[in-house]
Amino acid sequence: MRATGGPEAAVGDVLLSVENVSLSFGGVKAVNDVSFDIRKGEIRAIIGPNGAGKTSMLNVINGFYQPQQGRITFRGETRANMRPYEAANGGIARTFQNVALFRGMTALDNIMAGRTLKMHTNFFWQLLRYGPAMREEVQHREHVEEIIDFLKIQEIRRVPVGRLPYGLQKRVELGRALAMEPELLLLDEPMAGMNLEEKEDMSRFVLDVNDHFGTTIALIEHDMGVVMDLSDRVVVLDHGIKIADGTPDEVKRNQAVIDAYLGVAH
Amino acid sequence: MATNAAADANTFPKLLIRNAGIYGTRPAMRHKDLGIWQTWTWSEVLDIVRAYAVGLHGLGLKRGETIAIVGGNRPRLYWSVMAAQMLGAIPVPVYADAVADELAYVLAHADVRFAAVEDQEQVDKILSVMKRVPKLEFMFYDEKRGLRDYDHGRLRSMEEVIREGRERLADPTVVDWLDKEISAGKGSDPSIILYTSGTTGLSKGVVLTNEGSIRAATDTVAFDKLTENDVALAYLPLAWVGDHYLNFTQGMVSGFCTACPESPDTAMADLREIGPSFYFAPPRTLELLLTRVMIRMEDASVLKRRLFHYFIGVSRRYGERILNSQPVPFMGRMLYGIGNLLVYGPLKNVLGFSRVRVAYTAGEAVGPDLFSFYRSIGLNLKQLYGQTEAFLYVTAQPDGEIYSDTVGPACPNVDIRIAENGEVQFKSPGMFSGYFKDDARTAEAMTPDGYVKTGDAGFFDEKTGHLKIIDRTKDVGRLNNGTMFPPKYIENKLKFFPNIREVVALGDKRDFVCAMLNIDLTAVGSWAERNNVVYGSYQELAGHPLVYDMLEKHVAEVNRSLAQDKVMAGAQIKRFLILHKELDADDGELTRTQKVRRGFIAERYASLIKALYDGSKEADISTEVTFEDGRKGTLSARVKIRDMQSEPARVGKAA
Repeated sequence: MRATGGPEAAVGDVLLSVENVSLSFGGVKAVNDVSFDIRKGEIRAIIGPNGAGKTSMLNVINGFYQPQQGRITFRGETRANMRPYEAANGGIARTFQNVALFRGMTALDNIMAGRTLKMHTNFFWQLLRYGPAMREEVQHREHVEEIIDFLKIQEIRRVPVGRLPYGLQKRVELGRALAMEPELLLLDEPMAGMNLEEKEDMSRFVLDVNDHFGTTIALIEHDMGVVMDLSDRVVVLDHGIKIADGTPDEVKRNQAVIDAYLGVAH
Repeated sequence: MATNAAADANTFPKLLIRNAGIYGTRPAMRHKDLGIWQTWTWSEVLDIVRAYAVGLHGLGLKRGETIAIVGGNRPRLYWSVMAAQMLGAIPVPVYADAVADELAYVLAHADVRFAAVEDQEQVDKILSVMKRVPKLEFMFYDEKRGLRDYDHGRLRSMEEVIREGRERLADPTVVDWLDKEISAGKGSDPSIILYTSGTTGLSKGVVLTNEGSIRAATDTVAFDKLTENDVALAYLPLAWVGDHYLNFTQGMVSGFCTACPESPDTAMADLREIGPSFYFAPPRTLELLLTRVMIRMEDASVLKRRLFHYFIGVSRRYGERILNSQPVPFMGRMLYGIGNLLVYGPLKNVLGFSRVRVAYTAGEAVGPDLFSFYRSIGLNLKQLYGQTEAFLYVTAQPDGEIYSDTVGPACPNVDIRIAENGEVQFKSPGMFSGYFKDDARTAEAMTPDGYVKTGDAGFFDEKTGHLKIIDRTKDVGRLNNGTMFPPKYIENKLKFFPNIREVVALGDKRDFVCAMLNIDLTAVGSWAERNNVVYGSYQELAGHPLVYDMLEKHVAEVNRSLAQDKVMAGAQIKRFLILHKELDADDGELTRTQKVRRGFIAERYASLIKALYDGSKEADISTEVTFEDGRKGTLSARVKIRDMQSEPARVGKAA
């Protein structure tokens, strides 16, 4: 897919860097002294066998876990501790490995929920749904409609997400993350459990998001074909340790990566 | 009235100017975008199309050249058609879901230098077959998404083309030039080339003319009293003659508003929001809708379900008669009125039919139950018969003269005759001027005296004077006594019974007609459950005497209906059997599109067919079957054969 257009968004400066981060739960070292960076406009994949610490890494980035050691610099600001809502306010959005939507709400409302942080009128105006609150809602709705159009989910706008097939739920979740207009989008296995066609659709959406909105994307994915096609650079974790970092081609040829995936004779 | 003025404007661009003049502020087109319905009036459309035409000319599109239109029902694609016509160029719409191979064939055959396409998907598809379309120079796209980094040397957005055209229109000499270009258009100029979907061999480009198209549509617009106040939803493929006729051409002639759905998948919801007054749906869509209603009704509360079934019963009794303005007892009228308030009205609202004044279905035989269901709830559903070569309409049912098994009398100014071999032939105002670059096949499709051969066999019903289409001419056989034997006509009549899944009728070059039936496992299975009929397998159920009794009644009913028609009375079913296994595409008995493969079945079931004609009461058969995992096995059975009584012909013996 890349072949048609070449890398879409201009890859620029370092947007986020992770330096010597370690995270442990009791005696288990989930992430051990890992460093890497994510550049503006790129699609960065984090891969590794099961239990490699990929999701933990993502959780550290968006402030859900506090690393015991190391620093994270986002947009030039270094921090040790951050809350998830601070991350969200700062322009980091994410989707989850197992879909985390409001199942009883419609696709439209779910995506609208992604705009919450951008709403400024106070609770009472919103309760009345009048004046500034109404104007604001119309504005946000316009943005949400663009996302709906972008993800081609017009036909499910009014459908409660609980009734939707899995592939579409994933798309709605992506829509909600996009509604935040994030600078950095974290996707935790966006294609897990999808069939080939759904994967192809999703891949195209990821590329289009990167291209159209210029969003920087960090994604975890198991499907190697997808990772190699989509990403500009790949970081490989195994047992919490970074074992490789580079372009898809470099990573594919890396002996440590081959060993981690196929196992080594002892 | 719109229709009178239409006669003066003999080309589509002139018609557009007329519409902008008399319906200037009325909506011409709507499209739901970002969740909101956008509207363009006729004068706005004219304005855009003029700019678009100038833009296209700037890129080199000239009179007589072709331009492909590839995509779904979107305003800009319709405007592409109009803009091309304004320059005297010929638009060639292509199905949006055509595979690359088909697309390449049509684009190359039509010699297109330009293509107006919907989005990246279509651009990619065309790029993938570029080598086979050497003449293609430029593509214009509607939806820019994903195309930013493509090489724009031969690619433009429509928006840009229109903008360039608008800038050039600031120059009065360009305005004059365009006006001259429009008035230079002649009625006999080709207005469009529609490629037939090619069920038989390569697809053919049907060339239609401006004048013919407009005259045909003027007739049908008057026939159905369509006006500028009507609304239609364009949700069927843009490249299909139906959409081009019903929406584009009738819209241009009558000035009605064509609404484009938000996306192909939202058509149902958009239908409800727009509430069209003119509607077309193929029988399959109507069936799908009905099934959906029935399933949802099963889940409704007891009260609602009772109410629904009671009033549907009422509508079955009185609905059609009320629609046909026939006498109905006072109580019936009252019950129907209450039903309308409680059931039919809300139901039609859910389906988006509340405001439909005229609805058509066509394309295949429509089941009488299905047809009368929609009519009985007050939807003025009618049938038409037509084909691309006729520019759609050949016959259509007038209001109040509706029968589920006819397609109506000839449309105004259409001349129909039945040839020796039973083939329907016609001459019509809208008929095509030939197949594009294919004189040989054009000659094949016409009779020496200028009638078009439809390839369909049919006859005029004696009672009503309406045309009945029975089968493809090439499939129609003859019994040994000369009686016409249209297998599909008989099979369809049987297949309208829910208990019967598939039918193979036999009779060509034989003494009488026999049928081999497949039961529908779901329908017959649930019947068995309700009637305490025990069975262990499909084979056992199919051979059950009570099942035979039930199907015998169906066959008898079909015989009765065949006896009604003089020509068909001799083709009644004399003997039938129920097959021990389902006909299956995996076994090569059906095509992948679920059509019966007669030749193959005749070979495979030779022993059964022999028994049908030698008078045996039963026959043994053993067939090879392919299981879903690909393993093969044999299935043996003893199949019983039933004899049927012939119904006396109502109107006399067949010719």
